[in-house]
Amino acid sequence: MFLRTPRRHMILVWVVGALVAAACGGPAAPAPSFLGTVAPPARVQQVAVAYDLSGRGDGGFNDIAYNGAKQAADELGVEITEVTAKLDDTDDDRAERLRLLAAAGFDPIIGVGFTYAVPMQIVAAEFPNVHFGIVDDATVVAPNVQGINFSEHEGSFLVGAAAGLTSETGIVGFIGAVKIPLLQKFEAGYVAGASAANPSIEVQVTYLSQPPDYSGFGDPPHGREAALGMYDNGVDVIFAAAGGSGSGVHEAAALSGNWSIGVDADEYLIAPEAVRSHILTSMLKNANVGTYQIVMSVAAGTFVAGNLTFGLANGGVGYAQSGGFVSDVKAQLDAFAAQISAGTIVVPEAP
Amino acid sequence: MRTRVRGAGLLLVAPTAALALALAVACGVLAVTGANPIATLREALTYGLQPATLVAIVNKAIPYYLAGIAAAIGFHLRLFNIGIDGQYRLAAFAAAVIGAAVALPAPLHLALIAVVAVIVGSGWAAIAGFLFVRRGVNVVISTIMLNAVATGIIAYLLSPLRLAQQAAGSNNVTTATIPESGWIPGISTSAGDLNGLLIPALVVGIGYWLVLNRTTLGFEVRALGLNGRAAAVAGMRGPRLALLTMAASGAIAGLVGLPQLLGASHRFGLDFPAGLGFTGLSVAILGRNHPAGIAIGAFLWAFLERSAQVLDLAGISREVVTILQAVIVLSVVVAFELVRRLRERQERRYVAAAIEGAPA
Repeated sequence: MFLRTPRRHMILVWVVGALVAAACGGPAAPAPSFLGTVAPPARVQQVAVAYDLSGRGDGGFNDIAYNGAKQAADELGVEITEVTAKLDDTDDDRAERLRLLAAAGFDPIIGVGFTYAVPMQIVAAEFPNVHFGIVDDATVVAPNVQGINFSEHEGSFLVGAAAGLTSETGIVGFIGAVKIPLLQKFEAGYVAGASAANPSIEVQVTYLSQPPDYSGFGDPPHGREAALGMYDNGVDVIFAAAGGSGSGVHEAAALSGNWSIGVDADEYLIAPEAVRSHILTSMLKNANVGTYQIVMSVAAGTFVAGNLTFGLANGGVGYAQSGGFVSDVKAQLDAFAAQISAGTIVVPEAP
Repeated sequence: MRTRVRGAGLLLVAPTAALALALAVACGVLAVTGANPIATLREALTYGLQPATLVAIVNKAIPYYLAGIAAAIGFHLRLFNIGIDGQYRLAAFAAAVIGAAVALPAPLHLALIAVVAVIVGSGWAAIAGFLFVRRGVNVVISTIMLNAVATGIIAYLLSPLRLAQQAAGSNNVTTATIPESGWIPGISTSAGDLNGLLIPALVVGIGYWLVLNRTTLGFEVRALGLNGRAAAVAGMRGPRLALLTMAASGAIAGLVGLPQLLGASHRFGLDFPAGLGFTGLSVAILGRNHPAGIAIGAFLWAFLERSAQVLDLAGISREVVTILQAVIVLSVVVAFELVRRLRERQERRYVAAAIEGAPA
């Protein structure tokens, strides 16, 4: 169905095609609803990324999403711009942000975060020739919008299993940034993975803040205190699904001589030298894969509307092996991964 | 006579000087960040004065205005109601839940939603008022705490397990959508729809002015604010008035979320605007607690917020706007304080002259 552009950019066609095919192949991934309706090809001149509250510089998800779009923009030699939201933004404000970008000639426009869903539905209809992408939402239905979603619960399952297999006390912890469904997906997967690896495991769960207080994404001291409390309670592995606050959790792990688990990026590679030896693994959420492919697909004229899901099966999520601390349990983790990809293990998405 | 004319002149000097100072600082900040100040301001103005943008600015100003009135009510008794934020969010949440649960004829439905919002807002603020009156708890402290409690309550109830729902494929959690009988129709203009809450908001402003300036209650509140001891000697009951003022402030705060709830989203979710209460405090200071002043302040604030969108696109950090807003508030406070001192000196001189001139 992608053979409408048979000759040009075969590699890109193959990449997107493989991703979509993989997404369709995975049982947890519903088939994109608009598959096949390709909007008119456009020449990418300017790429725009609109962020939700936590914005850029969070050292995690938003930065990774940006990196993918940036890499694509660099390869195409085009300009990239970014805009950020405010706490008291209404849907109308967000819609205007997208509208201004579209009117200024930006294409594609990528909204990072579910708060752009309602505004994008409106603005996409006003600019039918502009391509839009939305990360972490699958509700926008339009012939020029692509939803980019990740099976965070699947990756979290694997690091949960790693925690369950590594824990000596039989108690592991989960620290989420803000108690929102997106992060509860991480929690659900983590708890399921830990229990699958060790049925008698106890999982302690806490969140750093509650909406509309999004400070939990960027508050390392808070993360550190929460983690120290857990380690005092006998927890010996903590999964920090807490954006920038995670660095505090890693610090606490180093201080108390326990393990922590990173999120989104391979945190072993970016953490300070002193805490590296305490980062057991990281749950990788490769948002860059999603944002990269959307820019490139618009350039190649192979843009597909509908929802794409990036899971274990197509490399959208996974676990990091830097440091080699999970090499003992790698065989078991990979076995779990294979079962998830094959559909024999269905990971819950809500706690 | 001459003094009075000069006094009126001074009254105009203050806001003009404040705005000029703020503009100068803004130009300075823009120049330092490497942007061309004149071109940037022109771009923001060109965008801000388009009819469609103006409609959007007025819509954005409505909740700011209501929050400003709510803050101003407290200011008269020197009660710094920082809790407007929690009050309106809790009120909007309760109103959304109840509004979606019932089906009534349109006017009744709207009235019910508004009444729920007012009751929840004033009740939540009254807690702080009660603690202040009975236990002497500082309102700033208690309302900040109550904001956190409101956040916790909403976070607990706004869950698919309790009073909310999560659509398939969405990461948002929202209350059910209010049926159409509970929507407020927009006021259509050629450049887009104005939010229907505009008129109720103006009525609130007029009501605020009337109660404050044309009723005994308003006189008592002003007297108590100006000199508590004198008012007490005159037989006014301070605690009762303080409690009433907090409740009234909360009641208006309860309306702050309604333009969004009744006129736009029709549901309360994780994406519901937060932080409007704090803007209200700034807007009330800008407007010198006067309903017309607050309207101007709210409009100015909304104008800056909305224009910031083009600045973002022009590669200018939107924090420039935040700096500009802060400078405006500060310079308004400073300018009015300077004018107050000037006037005081004038009055003293006038009195001294009058006494000297009079036969002993």
